[in-house]
Amino acid sequence: MSEVLEVVLRLAAVVAAFLVLPLVVGQTEHKVMAHMQGRLGPMYAGAFHGWAQLIADGVKFVQKENVVPAAADRRVFTLAPAIALLPYLFVLLVIPIGPGLVGQELGAGLFFALAMMGVGVVGAVMAGWASANKYALLGGMRVAAQLLAYELPMVFAAASVAMAAGTLSLTGIVQEWQWWWLPWQAIGAVVFFVAGLAELRRPPFDMPVADSEIIFGPYTEYSGLRFALFILAEYAGIVVLCALTTVLFLGGWKGPFGSEQIGWLWTMIKVFGLAFVVIWVRVSFPRLREDQLQRLAWATLVPLALLQLAITGVVKIAI
Amino acid sequence: MSNHEAVKRVPGAGLAKGLAVTFRTLLRRSVTAQYPEVKPALPARSRGAIALLEENCTSCMLCARECPDWCIYIDSHKETLPAPEGGRERARNVLDRFAIDFSLCMYCGICIEVCPFDALFWTPEFEYAEYDIRDLLHEKDRLREWMWTVPPPPENDPSGAVPKEITTAERTAGPLTPGAGGDRDGGSEGGAGE
Repeated sequence: MSEVLEVVLRLAAVVAAFLVLPLVVGQTEHKVMAHMQGRLGPMYAGAFHGWAQLIADGVKFVQKENVVPAAADRRVFTLAPAIALLPYLFVLLVIPIGPGLVGQELGAGLFFALAMMGVGVVGAVMAGWASANKYALLGGMRVAAQLLAYELPMVFAAASVAMAAGTLSLTGIVQEWQWWWLPWQAIGAVVFFVAGLAELRRPPFDMPVADSEIIFGPYTEYSGLRFALFILAEYAGIVVLCALTTVLFLGGWKGPFGSEQIGWLWTMIKVFGLAFVVIWVRVSFPRLREDQLQRLAWATLVPLALLQLAITGVVKIAI
Repeated sequence: MSNHEAVKRVPGAGLAKGLAVTFRTLLRRSVTAQYPEVKPALPARSRGAIALLEENCTSCMLCARECPDWCIYIDSHKETLPAPEGGRERARNVLDRFAIDFSLCMYCGICIEVCPFDALFWTPEFEYAEYDIRDLLHEKDRLREWMWTVPPPPENDPSGAVPKEITTAERTAGPLTPGAGGDRDGGSEGGAGE
């Protein structure tokens, strides 16, 4: 009985984190982006510095009409937001927050997490195809191209860490992690983070949704709650990417002191530090062109990831 | 040119520069003015609305005629003052209506410039938006109300030449105490009343 209760508690905690953390990141983006542009951002919702802005947005989205275009592939169209959002929930399930603090320990956790992140992209491809809209279709094609280009360096970089740790378990990787992995896996960390940004279609890699070119890409025809779910998926994706980068490259719950007691706090600090970088990069850089994006992936990130794999292999054999 | 070369020499220098710019802005105070809560500090000569000092107006119609938009409406009639002892009757203009249509006004300020009797003034007040465009026609009592918001004119430059008004006044009334408050609105009102 207590086992069932524990599982239920863990699942509830993961779902709660899944619902809260993306909103926190979203609100942080509102405020940080505003101040980086010399503005104040939301100030009214919730009375204190607009803390309830995203809740107000959610209420607004729920009230809006859910339009399905007449020519749309109805079933795929309605299913796409769920496909885009839920994989990130499943990834969050296997990411360890602290020692023993994990939704579900999984032997092949890294493999599972990367596969699920790939599935999340399929939701956007589905939305692009099912909308029966040329802009959505263009966006969907760009999403697919981006997935193909960036999955490879991402997997290579992750494989380098798995090689170094000798395990695919995310908990195992953090347990093996030592501080000198930071310089050792530095290239891999950057490649993983950049590729992850591209896979999440975050600026400056947001050509699939480039609003000045193709309206809003795959999400052009969406409105109301389904649209909100896509946006939520983007922020859930940020949380998942930052959490994965933390676990793989920044030592997860390990900190300068008290790793056993306040490990979850270290994880949270690192995750939100990375989320800040995601927002910072979005504010600072203009969007890449589609061909520049592909060039960055194939001509820069893939060779760098291979170089990281070679370095990891050499050092691993040497020690 | 040299800057461009420097960017080429160090890969990623441009990216770092971009990040630095946004981060510096993040640390700086934002420039947003929270308008309805915090009123803007407007300069004294801001062109908000046009105020009418009805007592100074002689219905000479100069403002209405100079107005490029023809947005000033003036009605007046002549009134004959009874002859004082040993004099003759005097005719005087009485202002019946003075209205400015702020939906037409383009805030050029020509009416204020052209008024020979200092009856029109700028006020920095600007919050008179209306739901109905017809309500933007301000009649003379409303224009008179704006007078209370007209800021006092700037002090005379102490090292500058003495203004003509003061020398004229001194010629008739004797030397004025320096820095007396007489050179505010009252001074011009008195001048126009002559």
